[in-house]
Amino acid sequence: MKFVFSEVAQGFRRNLSMVVSVILVTFISLTFVGTASLLQMQIGQMKNYWYDRAQVAVYMCSDVSATDVCPQGEASEDLKAAVKEKLESNTLSQYIDKYYFEDHEQAYATFQEQFKGNAVAKYVTANQLNETYWVKLKDSTRSQIITESFTGVAGVEEVRDQRSYLDQIFSILNAASLAAIGIAILMLFSAALLISTTIRLSAFSRRRELGIMRLVGASNFFIQLPFILEGVVAASIGSILAGGAVLAIVQFFVQGYLAERLPFTSFVGLADGLLVVPVLIGSGIVLAALASGLAIRRYLRI
Amino acid sequence: MISISNVSKQYRGSARPALNNVSLEIAKGDFVFLVGASGSGKSSLMRLMLREDVPTKGSVHVLGENLVGIPSRRVPFFRRRLGVVFQDFRLLPNKTVAQNVAFSLEVIGKSQGFIQEAVPEVLRLVGLEGKADRLPSELSGGEQQRVALARAIVNKPALLLADEPTGNLDPTTSQDIMALIERINLAGTTVIMATHDRGIVDRLKKRVVELKDGEIIRDQVGGSY
Repeated sequence: MKFVFSEVAQGFRRNLSMVVSVILVTFISLTFVGTASLLQMQIGQMKNYWYDRAQVAVYMCSDVSATDVCPQGEASEDLKAAVKEKLESNTLSQYIDKYYFEDHEQAYATFQEQFKGNAVAKYVTANQLNETYWVKLKDSTRSQIITESFTGVAGVEEVRDQRSYLDQIFSILNAASLAAIGIAILMLFSAALLISTTIRLSAFSRRRELGIMRLVGASNFFIQLPFILEGVVAASIGSILAGGAVLAIVQFFVQGYLAERLPFTSFVGLADGLLVVPVLIGSGIVLAALASGLAIRRYLRI
Repeated sequence: MISISNVSKQYRGSARPALNNVSLEIAKGDFVFLVGASGSGKSSLMRLMLREDVPTKGSVHVLGENLVGIPSRRVPFFRRRLGVVFQDFRLLPNKTVAQNVAFSLEVIGKSQGFIQEAVPEVLRLVGLEGKADRLPSELSGGEQQRVALARAIVNKPALLLADEPTGNLDPTTSQDIMALIERINLAGTTVIMATHDRGIVDRLKKRVVELKDGEIIRDQVGGSY
């Protein structure tokens, strides 16, 4: 065993620059993998959180609504009452958690707050904003029921599920994390190639020793072990660094920066990070063992 | 000890076989010279006995192992039971004499205790006591070949394969090396030696196997070159 470790140390010294590049490539690619999987976790968490709060908006006709949907112009009190009555009817109320009505003034106040400082806030008047029934469903996936009940009803301009906005945001985030995973896979592939090249170089620089070892009957395992360990140790260093980087990103960027600025969003925490790190280190080691094992086996036929 | 029957070896891309229907029996304790011109098949035959190659046809049995059917994971264990020396010594230049010999024991997993006893003993046997801490570059050719021989026999092999061990040495040094190989043979080790050295073969009067164009054309006990 002492012999094996001194061989590994020698291999490191002999091609230090290759070993350093293996460490860096595994470090960066696994950091990508880790960040992408945390992003996936984050998307899952945000979906749970936001879908739960998503409401269905029943927009009533206003003065400025298009005349083909709202021929009568501003929805009258009667029409609003009809919608309210329908929401409280037995057929619908069993699906509804709660609902509330937002009139022009409230909508205007909300709008002014949301677009504070934006030029559009100055030009909008209360009348241009729809009066709205905000409906919170018991099961937010069943917005179809509300949509079907109120689309085309007199005085209703449009029925909109907020989830449709959320879906757009999530699909963008999802695409970003998939792209990160794609890049990570490419980088892991190049890491594997780099490891096998390094191992082959290392074997070449030790070809005299290898020849003698084969001649005197060293077992294949004994001959290959130092090379496999060389790859595994280099990749382990890289994956441990990647694990540290992922934890640092969670601790300092997500929890320290994002969470402070967006206080109403729940973010992934260190616990999630600690879940990802062992997977990163494990996959780094397995990848290195496979790459260097295959490389040395191809180089050293008995 | 060694039984080779009807062996042919055809290398890919060459029209003529390197060995053509060769059969050879060598008993325990024998001393055999393999002679013949370059390209006559001596090295191919040695490679088959070392299981560096497998024959295209025929069977090779060495030290009780069928070298055609042996699984590759057992080849190393087979090689531990024989010693090999070459014309170019094949020493590690950055290791001392003692370290070179010890290396071959370390890599087959011998204990440090065994190595500390066996290495000085074998160095004394080949006449290199007092040079254990020299590097190969500080030794003469003959001394380097002694180190190679020490490495080959430190594990007390039943068979010693020597591929032109005196090819790089002057006649006087060659005689010393041959005396050493004879002593190893007298201690019970079977020796097979490929050589071009007419003087050595004629003087030792051992069994001579002559190869030509991949075929055995002479197998003579007490023969000359």
